[in-house]
Amino acid sequence: MVPTPAGTLMIIVPAYNEAGAVGAVVESIHVEAPGIQVVVIDDCSSDSTIAVAESAGARVLPLPHHLGLGGCVQAGYKLAFELGYQYVIRIDGDGQHDPVYIPRLYDVLRKTGVEMVIGSRFVDNNGNHTTFLRTLGIRFFRAVLRPILGRGVLDPTSGFVGVNRKALEVFSKSFPLEYPEIEALVVLRRKDFRFIEVPCKMRKRIAGRSSLTSLKSVYYIVHVLLGVFVNLLKIDRPPWRGRGD
Amino acid sequence: MEGPGRLTVDRLLHILTISAVALIALTLGTLRRDHIRVEYSVSWLAGAVVLLGLSRSRGALEELSVIMGLGSSPPLALALVVGGVFVIIFFRFTVIISKLRDDNVALAQRVAALEYYRKNRGDEGAAT
Repeated sequence: MVPTPAGTLMIIVPAYNEAGAVGAVVESIHVEAPGIQVVVIDDCSSDSTIAVAESAGARVLPLPHHLGLGGCVQAGYKLAFELGYQYVIRIDGDGQHDPVYIPRLYDVLRKTGVEMVIGSRFVDNNGNHTTFLRTLGIRFFRAVLRPILGRGVLDPTSGFVGVNRKALEVFSKSFPLEYPEIEALVVLRRKDFRFIEVPCKMRKRIAGRSSLTSLKSVYYIVHVLLGVFVNLLKIDRPPWRGRGD
Repeated sequence: MEGPGRLTVDRLLHILTISAVALIALTLGTLRRDHIRVEYSVSWLAGAVVLLGLSRSRGALEELSVIMGLGSSPPLALALVVGGVFVIIFFRFTVIISKLRDDNVALAQRVAALEYYRKNRGDEGAAT
């Protein structure tokens, strides 16, 4: 990891009942990105997530009640923005994102100047630990997003993302509250921000299980489609109308 | 409209009158006990008054029915008006609930940040 002055990069770890995994996640972040501020955002867990995270060396942003993933991540973005951080990398608390890729995400963020970097499972077909249904969903949303973004995105549901301060400012004011990843891309498009996908391997979660049941998957698709559509209505200049310059 | 049809409409209007009065009484009673706030009771009171007025003015209902292109079918016009009133009220409350949800999220995030600052007093601010 390149030397990073204190207060430049914050790593946020949204977690809800992840006592079984969050400690190992925080410890491996400290190994891969020593000296970097790690903040676990606890979404009002009923288990010992806070205690485990603190004993692993993280600071904790404790939400007073459960907000869901988007509200939880936005709380971290707001904190980082208030504290003046230039970059934030989000890594999930279930252990699926390998912290070994943090330096890569950070380097791309710094060197390219893009507003968002996405750790993608599919750029090089890296270890793809996802279900058949989820893969179908990802393919569906790739097709939906292509005309909206004016370019392809291979892993639109990845939560392993880094953002710079410009995106941080936007997201700290407006961020989807539920299932934020896909809608966040459309929010970026509205602002004419850029993103890059970098190859990352995803692992199986260390503990617990996904909150996305079959029924919730249907709700997820409807919810995200509606969110994308609403964000689309807010775009001043959709890609199919041209840039006009 | 005459005969049994008229009787049915009259009965419907009586039921609507009783329902509207009951709704006004319920809203005022709940207000008195401070279980709802005045600003959120206005929609219910206004809706109930509209329904009460309509139920006591058969002529207006028949005229409304003609305006709506329903000919001499006041029950259908009545059903549409009642439905419309409730749709407007529910929509207004959806807007209010959405705003409250946004405020609530912002508040929870603020509380979390303040707790974070309290716990890490003296350590933060390096980035600012």
